[in-house]
Amino acid sequence: MVDSEMVLTGQTIAYTIYCIVIILLIAWFAWKVTGNGNGKGIKPGLFYAFIGFLTVLGVSLHIVTYNTIPWAKIDLNRSDYKPDKSFNITVGDHKFILPAEKMVVNVNDKVLFDVTSEDLTYGFGLFREDNSMLFQMQVVPGHRNDVIWHFDRPGVYTIRSTEYSGPKGAAMIVKDAVQVVPENATK
Amino acid sequence: MSFTRTLINGEEGLFKSETLTPMQKLTLRFVVVGLIYFGFVVIEGMLMRLYEVKSLPFITEPQFFAILTAHPLVGIFGSTYSIVCGAFLFLVPFLMKKPLWSIKLGNWTFIFITGGTFVFWFSGFISHYAPLYTLYWPLPADFSQFSVWGGTFFIVGIALVMIGTALFIINIFKTITYTPDGWEKQRSGALLSSALGVTGFNNLFRKNKKEHLVPLPVAAVARGSVDMALNTITILFTGVLILVYMVGSILGYDLKETAIDALLYKNWFWWGLDLIADGLVLIFVAGTWYLLAMMITKKPLFMQNIARAALLVELVVSWTVWSHHLLSDQAQPGILKVVSGEMVTAFELITQGLAFFITLATLWGARPLKMTNPLKFLLGGLLGFALAVPAGIMQADVGLNRILHNTQWVVGPHVHVAVLVGLTMTLYSAIYLLFPILTNGAKIYSQKLANVHFWCHLLGGIGMGAFMGMAGLNGMLRRTLYVNGEFNLYMILAALCGTLLLIGFLAFFYNVVMSVGLKGVLGIFTPAMVKTKDLVPKA
Repeated sequence: MVDSEMVLTGQTIAYTIYCIVIILLIAWFAWKVTGNGNGKGIKPGLFYAFIGFLTVLGVSLHIVTYNTIPWAKIDLNRSDYKPDKSFNITVGDHKFILPAEKMVVNVNDKVLFDVTSEDLTYGFGLFREDNSMLFQMQVVPGHRNDVIWHFDRPGVYTIRSTEYSGPKGAAMIVKDAVQVVPENATK
Repeated sequence: MSFTRTLINGEEGLFKSETLTPMQKLTLRFVVVGLIYFGFVVIEGMLMRLYEVKSLPFITEPQFFAILTAHPLVGIFGSTYSIVCGAFLFLVPFLMKKPLWSIKLGNWTFIFITGGTFVFWFSGFISHYAPLYTLYWPLPADFSQFSVWGGTFFIVGIALVMIGTALFIINIFKTITYTPDGWEKQRSGALLSSALGVTGFNNLFRKNKKEHLVPLPVAAVARGSVDMALNTITILFTGVLILVYMVGSILGYDLKETAIDALLYKNWFWWGLDLIADGLVLIFVAGTWYLLAMMITKKPLFMQNIARAALLVELVVSWTVWSHHLLSDQAQPGILKVVSGEMVTAFELITQGLAFFITLATLWGARPLKMTNPLKFLLGGLLGFALAVPAGIMQADVGLNRILHNTQWVVGPHVHVAVLVGLTMTLYSAIYLLFPILTNGAKIYSQKLANVHFWCHLLGGIGMGAFMGMAGLNGMLRRTLYVNGEFNLYMILAALCGTLLLIGFLAFFYNVVMSVGLKGVLGIFTPAMVKTKDLVPKA
């Protein structure tokens, strides 16, 4: 299944290729623009084609991601999903208060994280052991902050506040707080 | 000429500050102060980068976050606003072929922006007030973490900058619409309509098209100034709100922070802030590209009418894109995320792409061009936005934002490349182009140093953005500290690129000082001896 690591790999490849192309294009332009012109300018047709291309690109990006990134659909239609497990988490005074020392879930569980802030705006993110991000959301006081995540493989995840909440916020880390174990292991 | 003589009198002694008009002095003061604040920002950036790698004994953790708070604000207000205000206060009357409405007001703009920036920077430096530029409620009023007095001075400093900005906007619109003494009465309403795009819009439905009364770059400045005005109102209102809590705390009243809805506040504040990032910056930059392309080629702009219309579209788009900053806020309505956050934001790819194409096509039509400093920096600026805008469009996506928000990706390939490479290189292009006009024919001291400046800035800016982006894709957050060296490799590489930027800046600064001489630099800040409203001395 597509996970955040795979999405970011795809993004890295696509953006790197784009960067190389655009840098080469500007370098080519800089070289050519100092050379002799034949008195001809750019045809308007090329201009309109370029604008059409940008329009298609801008719109199709979101259509493609909506249909290929699994959590995009879940995220926009959270109320339609019934989570397999729910965790209510409170944040206050720069501390995460978790329902259990370790939150254990099964592979293939859809898990609801419902996070409430008692004072400031924080962030809530899950990170892999190599520090890469699984997902994150903002935690705004006075509002419901919930995310449903489909865990499709075993792993251990660290919680980290992903929003600045003052200098103390840098230490808001709960190591190995979420453990994803093979299917049915906890049932 | 000996080194000492050049250092004192400038290259070939050509720059004579006593020949400068008040307008030239005003613009040069803005530029010099803007560059000094840019130096602040580069040094602050380097200090933070080093601290990310290894904690420095002379910087405490609260101080690190105070620098993190001041860094973007000094960069935007102290540096960019200064250079932009100085340049546009000169260019708008220059293109309208009439004097600035009020040099006095221009001087007050300079004082407020320069002084205000120093006040908020200094109060942050002393008190470590560090709610970041985002000011997410109720952090700016959290006096268990921050000094209330430090915060008060900080907010007052920002308010002073905003007052200076308001004076700039008044001066720009009055300059466009007023009739100078002794001139035939100008139609101020028609001028304003033309500047804001109403004439162009109405032309779409008219058989007999009305002519445009203001040049295209002036229309860009006017439309960008609308965003600037709205943004100034937003920031001033927010500042007053925060000050109410601060004054309450000073007087011993503990005002309830929950009286303000944190999400509504976040929407309001991002709507205002985004009028800078996705509004006036893009509009001003597009207008500056057009002006530079026309001045470099001495030819009319490719697809002028489309460019005018696009500036109007950009203005409307800038009012409706703020929600891409709230894609990770789960209480934000889904419709706002999709329509404002994704779809309208994607329009920026079109409007900015259009400005990119029009500028390149204008240059292309004038081949062969000489690779002058303005041209090479303009191409650098175009490249910067060509790299940074798609990076921003990617993160303005519901799916991708879930794994990119608040990572170094956002601030690296998008923000730093847009500001350092796109915006700053565009401004450098304008500075190199205007240098002989503003200095009455002074010569650049060393072309070799100008080349060092160009390459160090370009490679340093792109490289820094790239390594920050790689760190972000690997999970490194912005606005935090990693104490176990998790991302040291990327941060060291980014620091090396930062060093290139610093070298480039020092080469430029030294080149400018050697071009005008120390006497000349000091002369810029003395009262003008030529008493005239003219922009440049009469030949």
